[in-house]
Amino acid sequence: MLIDHYSIWNVLRQSLKGHTGWKPAWREPEPKAEYDVVIIGGGGHGLATAYYLAKRYGITNVAVVEKGWIGSGNVGRNTTIVRSNYMLPGNIPFYELALQLWEGLEKDLNYNAMVSQRGILNLYHSDGQRDAYARRGNAMRLHGVDAELLDESQVQSMYPWFDYDNARFPIKGGLIQRRGGTVRHDAVAWGYARAADRLGVDIIQNAEVTAIRIENGRATGIETKRGFIRAKKLALSVAGNSSRVAAMAGLKLPIESHVLQAFVSEGIKPFIDGVVTFGAGHFYISQSDKGGLVFGGDLDGYNSYAQRGNLPVVEDVLEGGMALMPRIGRVRLLRSWGGIMDMSMDGSPIIDKTPIDSLYLNAGWCYGGFKATPAAGLTFAHLIARDEPHDTARAYRLDRFATGRMIDEKGMGNQPNLH
Amino acid sequence: MRISCPYCGERSLDEYLYIGDATVTRPDPAGANAQADFYKYAYERTNPAGAHKELWYHSAGCHAWLVVERDTRTHEISSVETAKDVALKRNVAKGGA
Repeated sequence: MLIDHYSIWNVLRQSLKGHTGWKPAWREPEPKAEYDVVIIGGGGHGLATAYYLAKRYGITNVAVVEKGWIGSGNVGRNTTIVRSNYMLPGNIPFYELALQLWEGLEKDLNYNAMVSQRGILNLYHSDGQRDAYARRGNAMRLHGVDAELLDESQVQSMYPWFDYDNARFPIKGGLIQRRGGTVRHDAVAWGYARAADRLGVDIIQNAEVTAIRIENGRATGIETKRGFIRAKKLALSVAGNSSRVAAMAGLKLPIESHVLQAFVSEGIKPFIDGVVTFGAGHFYISQSDKGGLVFGGDLDGYNSYAQRGNLPVVEDVLEGGMALMPRIGRVRLLRSWGGIMDMSMDGSPIIDKTPIDSLYLNAGWCYGGFKATPAAGLTFAHLIARDEPHDTARAYRLDRFATGRMIDEKGMGNQPNLH
Repeated sequence: MRISCPYCGERSLDEYLYIGDATVTRPDPAGANAQADFYKYAYERTNPAGAHKELWYHSAGCHAWLVVERDTRTHEISSVETAKDVALKRNVAKGGA
């Protein structure tokens, strides 16, 4: 009999048999003719949605349809950071729900996702920025989220080797969320996929959607490369490509697709034990368990579906890194890549019904989609199952741009490349 | 990616600022559906994977506004015109001055 449960005893037992007795992490079923819910997009969000639909809402006749292999999009291309240091009322409770779900995720899924609450430290470089961070920290604490304002000496005791006396951007302190950290991104997709599969969800890979069938104003199914699949309810969870898939249903979204680059260095000895962000430019860094420095910065700033960016942003990111921690200058860059971001018009996501009956939308995650994965899955599942929004996701309406209820953390207005 | 400014020639990307979709036009504020039209103008985007007409501003150069047609899948640029020329052509097409 094949072993399914992951535990130290089963690992030991299997190690004696050359690990030949494990059950595959998920099946590879042929698509059925019809499902109660079909989710387009086998990324972190889509798989989490399927899992919570089955686990919390008892809907197990579900398919997740993915154009390539699961986890081949943004869930495998991000910088793995999780945090809930948001400021606005519509956002804080949502991201805090996500962080709490991360904290219990591995037990819930019986899967090692390497959740590491190593702390995220946002540095400030001026009195004005300190005041802004104090305000953000206070907003978080009013919602019961942990935040702590550190002065320069406290940051020095954590990271004595930063460039504190940088003439242009001296480090004056930081805002730390100790419960923030990193999670192994691929394992999130695999863990949700395995757990959803065990509850009866069909994961259908290499089935790119080519058309959405709409009859009398109601979405009834999808044409895919593996044939037509009928759906009582259809859910879009394809951030990066939301506009393209929504266009198949005749919808035009308040979203632009932009490329965001990320970088990883060669593996080095333990160097930085938390997540740190530079406040005077756009640069953030952590170290993976393999030893590579994982870092990134700003969007390239123009519409793109190319999954790769240009050199001016590479230069900008590396300059930010050098200003903060000059000792990374001798580390060699291993590789860089780009992910496609659903940049919404106010920098916040959309989890809502659409003007088309039985068509549900989860989109517009900008570059915050990974950290949101568990909460996005849970609240999207709630919306699909109950036909009403989850309490923590009520603000993420599709019509908020028309009604003036934007959630704009950065105050940039309808300029997606600036969020 | 480099952009050929009609006035300055081919220049590096970091001389330019990106503004966005050049196909949307400001609606008539006195029009019957002004509210809905302004929502579409300000927020709805086609966001194509493929040819995209977009506004760039040559901020570290001649300060011209440009309409660039670029493939969003490959970043290949197929045409660059000044926004002024594009607007003039649009007016001629409408039968205006």
